[in-house]
Amino acid sequence: MSEQDRVKRFERLALPHLNDAYNLARWLTRDAQDADDVVQEAYLRAFRYFDGFKGDKARPWLLSIVRRVAYDWLERNRPSTVVRLDEAFRDGEPEPASSSAAVQPLDPEAHLLRATELRELNQAIADLPTQFREILVLRELHELSYKDIADIAAIPIGTVMSRLARARRLLKEALTRRPPREAINGA
Amino acid sequence: MNPGMDCKEAEEAVHGYVDGELDRAAAARVDAHIRGCAQCRRLYERERQMSASLRQAAERFTAPADLGQRIGAALEMAAKPASREHAVSWRQLGLAASFLLVAVISSALTFRFSVPGETDRQGEEVISGHVRALVANHMTDVASSDQHTVKPWFNGKLDLSPPVVDLAREEFPLVGGRLDYVDGHPVAALVYRHRQHPITLYVWVDGSAGDGAARHLSRRGYNALGWTLKGTVFWAVSDINAEDLQRFAELLKSQA
Repeated sequence: MSEQDRVKRFERLALPHLNDAYNLARWLTRDAQDADDVVQEAYLRAFRYFDGFKGDKARPWLLSIVRRVAYDWLERNRPSTVVRLDEAFRDGEPEPASSSAAVQPLDPEAHLLRATELRELNQAIADLPTQFREILVLRELHELSYKDIADIAAIPIGTVMSRLARARRLLKEALTRRPPREAINGA
Repeated sequence: MNPGMDCKEAEEAVHGYVDGELDRAAAARVDAHIRGCAQCRRLYERERQMSASLRQAAERFTAPADLGQRIGAALEMAAKPASREHAVSWRQLGLAASFLLVAVISSALTFRFSVPGETDRQGEEVISGHVRALVANHMTDVASSDQHTVKPWFNGKLDLSPPVVDLAREEFPLVGGRLDYVDGHPVAALVYRHRQHPITLYVWVDGSAGDGAARHLSRRGYNALGWTLKGTVFWAVSDINAEDLQRFAELLKSQA
């Protein structure tokens, strides 16, 4: 097969997932230009690995490369944003029992979320530690199975489950934190 | 028969249940438990809502319109052009057919057997320059559709002030300009667009160049068209087809 044919075959396989790749890169880097660079780098890297790709699921394969490149990129350029899972976030610990009284659900009419709530929600996702943010985004926005997420993030399925539970919990806590009254009345 | 599920177990299983990731037996047990337990039912409802809200409201980012094109250009560069050895090994195999093939195939292939001439080398260079700018996502140093902004920008940067015309009405709007290098010399690169395709127009002075016939080169899906006018060399490069590029060149010549 000629090199040109390889490029064409790769493009047919990979370009349909460009929006997916970009969305993940954007949520991981939290920056449009960074996401652009990461996706471009990831596609070139994927092309180099292309001969080794024997699978039938191009999307998870490509997303795992996007994720890897994004992490490399963050470590090079934004080392402060990639924190090791600190003590409070050890994988595998059971979730503390939820104190349901303290957590108010989001408006049940989810599709009627007000603009401010939309902003808050997106900000809250962006503020999650990277390791939880990525699992949440892969699950809710890319709608991938636990198995695919485990493959992409290179962690066991059990860890996918515990991080997902933790991510949702952190998000709920962030969204139910109300600004204290005195801050509103301001001295 | 499975024993019933307690609240602690239900709480652990609720995410898998919401995500539809439990096997049928486990799902049935969660289902049975939350029917009978109001507290766990509320918990399940909240988790389900949370997930639904996220899917509804979390932003889904779309790739910039030209990202796919830029990736395509980068892949073209990454892909090694068919190597000389290939062509040579054919000949060594002594396949008469290959000679026939070489005879009838486009000049692009026979070119590989010949020493590249001046025209080809220049054409190759301007195509590489155009692709480089595309890949780096840096087509313009000065981005403006106003010729009176773009033209003066080159003042003091080059030994010529390139002619800048606006062809927006003819569907070739000006996008801007950049400084580029051909043969190690800085040259003016004006950027135009045709539909969503960028065009680079290279301009430099070469006193020794006579008004020659137009030169055309095609490589890796890019077309380059070169011509000389009163000691000024022009090369237009783009991935638009040769006819459209020809029309672009004619428009420029008629305005010169």
